[in-house]
Amino acid sequence: MSDETQFFDEMFGSGTDARAPYKRYSDWFSNEDPKGLMKEAKEAESFFRRTGITFNVYGQADAEERLIPFDIVPRIISGKEWARLAKGVEQRVRAINAFLHDIYHRQEILRAGRVPKELIARNEAFLPLMMGVEPPGGIYTHIVGVDLVRTSENEFFVLEDNARTPSGVSYMLENREMMLQMFPELFGKMKVQPVSGYPTALRSSLAATMPPDPSPDQTVAILTPGIHNSAYFEHAFLADHMGVELVEGSDLRVVDGRIAMRTTKGYKPIDVIYRRVDDEYLDPLNFNPDSLLGVPGIFDVYRAGRITIANAPGTGIADDKAIYSYMPDIVEFYTGEKAILQNVPTWRCSDPEALAYVLDHLDELVVKEVHGSGGYGMLVGPAASKRELAQFRAKLEAKPEGYIAQPTLALSTVPILTKAGLAPRHVDLRPFALFSPEGVTLTPGGLTRVALKAGSLVVNSSQGGGTKDTWVLEDD
Amino acid sequence: MLGKTAGGLFWMFRYLERSENIARLIEAGFRIALTRPGSEEWASVLRTAAAEELYVSQVGEIEQARVIDFLLRDPNNQSSVMSSFAQARQNARMVRTAITREVWEAVNDAYIALKATLARPVAERDLPDVLAQIRQHSALVRGALHGSMLRNDVFDFCRLGTFLERADNTARILDVKYYVLLPSVTQVGSSLDNVQWETILRSVSGVRAYSWLNPGKATPMGIADFLIFDPRMPRSLRYSVTKIRSNLDMLETDYGMRRPCHDTIARLDQCLTDGTIEAVFEEGLHEFLTDCLKETARLGTEIQTDFNFTD
Amino acid sequence: MRLTINYTSTYQFDEPVHYGLQQIRLTPKSRIGQEVLDWDVRIDQGRVETQFSDHHANEVSLVSIAADAMAVKVTARGTVETQDLNGVVGRQKGFVPLWLFQRSTDLTRASLNVRNIAKGLKDAHDDDIALLHALSERILSAVPYRIGATDAATTADGAIESGAGVCQDHAHIFIAAARAMGYPARYVSGFLMMNDTDHQEATHAWAEAHIDGIGWVGFDVSNGISPDDRYVRIATGLDYRDAAPISGLRFGSGDERLSVDLIVAQQ
Repeated sequence: MSDETQFFDEMFGSGTDARAPYKRYSDWFSNEDPKGLMKEAKEAESFFRRTGITFNVYGQADAEERLIPFDIVPRIISGKEWARLAKGVEQRVRAINAFLHDIYHRQEILRAGRVPKELIARNEAFLPLMMGVEPPGGIYTHIVGVDLVRTSENEFFVLEDNARTPSGVSYMLENREMMLQMFPELFGKMKVQPVSGYPTALRSSLAATMPPDPSPDQTVAILTPGIHNSAYFEHAFLADHMGVELVEGSDLRVVDGRIAMRTTKGYKPIDVIYRRVDDEYLDPLNFNPDSLLGVPGIFDVYRAGRITIANAPGTGIADDKAIYSYMPDIVEFYTGEKAILQNVPTWRCSDPEALAYVLDHLDELVVKEVHGSGGYGMLVGPAASKRELAQFRAKLEAKPEGYIAQPTLALSTVPILTKAGLAPRHVDLRPFALFSPEGVTLTPGGLTRVALKAGSLVVNSSQGGGTKDTWVLEDD
Repeated sequence: MLGKTAGGLFWMFRYLERSENIARLIEAGFRIALTRPGSEEWASVLRTAAAEELYVSQVGEIEQARVIDFLLRDPNNQSSVMSSFAQARQNARMVRTAITREVWEAVNDAYIALKATLARPVAERDLPDVLAQIRQHSALVRGALHGSMLRNDVFDFCRLGTFLERADNTARILDVKYYVLLPSVTQVGSSLDNVQWETILRSVSGVRAYSWLNPGKATPMGIADFLIFDPRMPRSLRYSVTKIRSNLDMLETDYGMRRPCHDTIARLDQCLTDGTIEAVFEEGLHEFLTDCLKETARLGTEIQTDFNFTD
Repeated sequence: MRLTINYTSTYQFDEPVHYGLQQIRLTPKSRIGQEVLDWDVRIDQGRVETQFSDHHANEVSLVSIAADAMAVKVTARGTVETQDLNGVVGRQKGFVPLWLFQRSTDLTRASLNVRNIAKGLKDAHDDDIALLHALSERILSAVPYRIGATDAATTADGAIESGAGVCQDHAHIFIAAARAMGYPARYVSGFLMMNDTDHQEATHAWAEAHIDGIGWVGFDVSNGISPDDRYVRIATGLDYRDAAPISGLRFGSGDERLSVDLIVAQQ
């Protein structure tokens, strides 16, 4: 990245005066002692460690839980800005759901030639077993996380959709709790829209998609791979706040044609399961037979209409990076409207012309694995060494269909607190949308991820990113 | 409640109790070693901790510093203070939704602190402080449990774990040393015996309590009576069994279901309520303790099955 | 032709089964070429938990094995009226698109061996049906019918390697090769009345390829013909795993043994 590149700073814009949403915060901040704030920030960290808000990192020898660093400067969005984003997210969520229903039924969008057949036919995320299955309430994606980036005052892009099991919502909630405890006076000065209703909203949203003939207690439960999973804390957190059981595959079996959990009093049926287990591991009888995390037969019970699985199996076909580039067409096809949120221009390396361009401009582009996640297997051209570029070139040439490329976006920055005072760092935003037959519910806020290294564009927590509290203001 | 959760609570508190008990054993052994150098106390401490065989195979010769390290922090020793605590915390993570934030934080704080303290071998000079710290953390967890948890089935399973482990521990301490309490080999007044009795009492932190209740009457029978039958002594078999029974009774009422474990505990409770130390000595202390250990083990298995801890 | 079918399969376990599930696909449907007059499936030492129609429109029962069972016995019996349609069973129905049947699976990879078997066929034949019959002949000569050379998990490639196989292997090789030549192809499990055998020890399997303008056409490689009125279709899928009469999973140690007794007779 050249040093002259101008990034949009969300606090100061391109000048030195705070932008309107940050005005009051900036006034408050200028009267604070930065040393005192640094000390408070340290305390926040030890608090997070005590409460156990940690994540496990895969592939590390010492499978210790790690903290995601938390920065105490909030990311602030005006009510007006948010309203536009919210409309765009809702449109996208509805389009994704309609796309999934179509792909697993008549496939009109393929027949119409708007999305190439090969893209689905050759896609590992497409789940043939879902063909013709009617999910309860017609809902495939109960929970969607849409990753957004900002490049200027008025420009937001969708970086990717998360339609499988988006994680991070516990940070949205805990970061807010932390800020409320640390700076109660700030919340008196500024009208920040609350996020604390999320667990209740999630529970009602799930309860609104009961299977046709639910058990008398209409039980909702969360399925976790277990305490060694990187997001276990979040699973337990949500179960706790929603007041539902947190179950593992080993707690469940098929009883009387339903999925039931083993309680101290015997087996009790579950009607809606919010699973945080990937499709492949969900059901060893129907998918990966070696899975020890799943529940044998759950997919059969699902096909028989006796349990709701959230999100539905097979939703991965909608957030695949190769499908992503067609999202504007998908939105238009199903809603009849232009997409409100822009897509990042994307080169699909499966296309020889695109591949040639990408190979020619490798040092300017961001290259991602089509099926990758978590920032692994990703190349940030401008930041890569010669050797890394050469290695990636070889990978691209060997398996072009496995990659897409995008221009390096000038991601906006928000200041973080450092020993030297405020310093700009790149951020993205993941709001969490809930979808049920009653509609889309979008909690005003989300997970703001921040690259803690100066100049870095990689915000993933597994790659040294941190988080911030996200404030959506009520406009005066 | 999920069966797995009940099991997690039960084991979380068993492990907490175990780590505390091991700390007490170390404390007693250390004390004896200080006052009576050259005694074979560490071997019987290892035996009581059911870790003698493992120690010999993993570490080798019995040597104070190495025994202490083995019992305190050896990751290969499943029952070391650190291992037990780590397992308690692992279970606490698993049952995070069933316990209060206070209890979780007490366990997590203790774990973080102990991990730091026990990161390196503990110097003899620091041992009393470290052991005191372990005791203190256990007390904090217990306090959080009592002060913040609903008195429902969750609480019952926590308590069952605590008292089953405690009953087992007390019975084991007595059984390892039962021969020094037997009248036939007792030479009242000999220094050796006094040491042995003192160790027994120290292992359950009961020296002061015993002499308070029985001023000037330290007899083998008195000590055995105190640790087996005294309902006032919170580490006696009788006390532990009474607690187990009351928690199991509450589960019976709560769930409206009587299970095999209820019969076992009723039998065990009866035996300790009706029994006398004279009768026990007459029938054989070792046999009595062996039976007690067998019954508590059986009870543990039954509770596990009756409440569906596992599939 | 009116066929009576009497099928029994018994799984025997060395150790009691703690918990287990089976998917059972043993219910033929009335469709072109066959009409099911009566049909009954019974399970001993098991319980039908739920039933559904899978993505290939196969009727599936999810069965749980009784706790501590040492055996499970599945009985299927009934009467089916069949017609000889030279293996033609009509167009693709339901939501599953034809292109799905061009996807290879673990059991039906188009390996070098598979492609060698199909080599030159495209050039030698203009007619699809003649081509596919020629493929069928080549498979049978390369992999003659012999029990014991392969098992239920053998792939198309593996069967060619072992030089002999059974109907399942023939179907897999046919499917893999047909797909490699661009035909959508699928696996069929079913019953066959055999003129020379009263008691059969397994169900039968063959393949179907989709030909533009005609639809699905059956090819029974093992018998060198297209199915006629002695054949009853039970289930279809991309390969054996999709269409297996019984597939399951159980918790418990020890081995299991399967024995099948099948009688298909003309009424």
